Amino acid sequence: MDLTFTPEERAFQQDVRAFLEEKLTPDLRRAHHLTPSVFSDPPVGNRWQKILYERGWAAPLWPKEYGGTGWTLAQRYIWEIESAAAGAPSVTPMGLRMVGPVIMRFGTQAQKDFYLPRILNAEDYWCQGYSEPGSGSDLASLKTRATRDGDHYVINGSKIWTTHAHNANRMFALVRTSDEPKKQDGISFLLIDMKTPGISVRPILTIGGDHETNQVFFDDVRVPVENRVGAEGQGWSYGKYLLEFERGGAMSSGRLRAILRDIEHLATLYRDGGQPLAADPSFALRRSQAEIEIDALEMTELRIMSSLQSGQNPGSVSSSLAKLRNSEIKQALTALAVDALGQDALYWEGRRPLYEMNAEPGIPEESLTALPEYLNSRAYTIFGGTSEVQRDIIAKVVLGM
Amino acid sequence: MDLNYSDEQRLLGESANNLLAARAQKPGATDLWKEMADMGWLALPLPEADGGLGQGVVDVAIVTEAMGRHRARSNYVAGIVLCGGLVAALGSDAQRAALLPGLADGSSRLALAHAEEGARYVLAHVATSAKKSGAGFVLEGRKIAVLGGDVADRFIVSARISGSARDAAGIGLFVVARDATGVTVDGHATVDGAGAARVTFAGVEVGADALLSDNAFAEIEHAYDRATAAYCSELVGLMEAATAATIEYTKIRVQFGKPLAVNQALRHRMADMSIACEEARSMALRAALHADDADARARGRAVSGAWAKVSRAARFVAEQSIQLHGGMGVTNELEIGGYLKRVVALDAILGGPDHHLRRHAALTNLAA
Repeated sequence: MDLTFTPEERAFQQDVRAFLEEKLTPDLRRAHHLTPSVFSDPPVGNRWQKILYERGWAAPLWPKEYGGTGWTLAQRYIWEIESAAAGAPSVTPMGLRMVGPVIMRFGTQAQKDFYLPRILNAEDYWCQGYSEPGSGSDLASLKTRATRDGDHYVINGSKIWTTHAHNANRMFALVRTSDEPKKQDGISFLLIDMKTPGISVRPILTIGGDHETNQVFFDDVRVPVENRVGAEGQGWSYGKYLLEFERGGAMSSGRLRAILRDIEHLATLYRDGGQPLAADPSFALRRSQAEIEIDALEMTELRIMSSLQSGQNPGSVSSSLAKLRNSEIKQALTALAVDALGQDALYWEGRRPLYEMNAEPGIPEESLTALPEYLNSRAYTIFGGTSEVQRDIIAKVVLGM
Repeated sequence: MDLNYSDEQRLLGESANNLLAARAQKPGATDLWKEMADMGWLALPLPEADGGLGQGVVDVAIVTEAMGRHRARSNYVAGIVLCGGLVAALGSDAQRAALLPGLADGSSRLALAHAEEGARYVLAHVATSAKKSGAGFVLEGRKIAVLGGDVADRFIVSARISGSARDAAGIGLFVVARDATGVTVDGHATVDGAGAARVTFAGVEVGADALLSDNAFAEIEHAYDRATAAYCSELVGLMEAATAATIEYTKIRVQFGKPLAVNQALRHRMADMSIACEEARSMALRAALHADDADARARGRAVSGAWAKVSRAARFVAEQSIQLHGGMGVTNELEIGGYLKRVVALDAILGGPDHHLRRHAALTNLAA
């Protein structure tokens, strides 16, 4: 039982720092910093993933046989902390953290051979076809229909809140292949090429002013049966397995700590009379409270990860707990950032992407993302299963009923 | 980095839980302190050279977690971690040899006489005076919340040798026998049943050999940090037990023709209680692993951060456990109220979340 690093672990930390110093260029840092949406912009995230891929570091959570890093708990922790602290973009989770583990566990050899390398090297960009206009928290009520026609399924229906559907070349989707008495039965898990005729994408703008999410329409879209993962009608269990990775199994606390550092910077930038905001006792208490919450999440994530082999699913309670706390802390931090701005929180910059803007902004550049981030972060307690759904899941397990 | 307990630590946890669970079935039947001595728990953190086992705060926390889980209210942490830790850190060879073996085998009970009226958890607040007199000192002052002072045979007393009331420098630490002339012990019951005393020192003369240190503040602060980490784990055990009891109760209690546990409002409350338990476990472990950090600022931040989180979480769990037990929760007929009493007692001893959040903020150097 020991939190300190061994000499080997400290040497690895130096390797990571040297790598970040060399490869994380100022324009990549700036692009990450000036992105107020939930996920990295695909061009930014992909650039970073390709750099990581060249170094063999794209998939810390994957087993080594599929191109994972084979890192120990301490190495994964060091990587997450160091790359977040350095301001590295996050890579898209849809391939590496979501569909990848499902294909590894339930896919055919042919699916593994084809898809996994393309996820790893960022050749493919995935989107998630789960929610529907009539199926939000009640995901299992989904109605997008896949009707068997020879060697194909013919898909009709619509998916919504589809992050980066306008950038993705592939979608993993839950579709209804049959009607059964129990709504969780009759659902299948399909891998869909987004260039297939009959797919159309409608953008949805978030309250922060970002185009990140979409509605996707399927009009007689033909998907080969070989693109189904696992057994027909068993998609719900694969979909839930995926959600455990979406919600947990990573070190989200490192990113939260980086946000806290940004807020500390804002608190030196903004003044209250002659004093920087950082000297205000009530600000200091809120900052301390936020740091303590991050400490607790970090230690919880370390405890969860130390109990898992790489590639293993985190379990429903652990993943729901991590998702709940990460989303709540993220929201508290973004609120603190907005409060730090004072009157500058009034200023609205609607142009995107912010990192490609040439005009001088009306408020300090480092303040630009606080407001849209705060607004966009309301989504954290909704996507991936609302906080209320997470509490339902936890209650079901701890109550055993 | 390694977050796994050793085999020895797992065994320690099992034996602590087994013994205290059995004891909880027949409360008062046996002398807990003697049993703890027999199990080696009193010796656990004391130096091996002085009859101890030389283990760290993580091991102590394994024992205190079991105490919290099985409602074994005692002044174990105050007697062993605070007093034992201070004697081990500051005592001469002769003082350690005189005090620690007896503490380890349970034949002698020590109590720390440190807190004073008006101190409000500021550890440097010492108005009790120690005036030089010949080769020794004369102690004058009044101490409150002396945990286990009602049964102790010796006190470890903080008294100011120089400086003014809240100076960190100039705080001496003395060993004073309970029966020394001028010592008045006013023992009193405590909300948690563990027992404490108010102790007055009126012209108490002590020899030079009673002085543990003439500048003890840094070690007092360290001892309190170690004790606070151990108390965090006690609250983890307490919270898990309260949550488990509440879950069981809501599954059995039928209202409106169905068990309480089917109601979503209550299910979400119990989900939040379970989350609070997990986070408290994380923070208690973090505090224990940082409790002996060489960097006093980092240590204080980790420990006060943990207490701010864990004590608030414990208050939530203990209060909601009563709420979900309904009217029965407010009575002495169920054990559930006892959990809240212990949480209240520990907040009164260490300062609640507000105090520790302020300490965390004060130890944070934002300009850096």
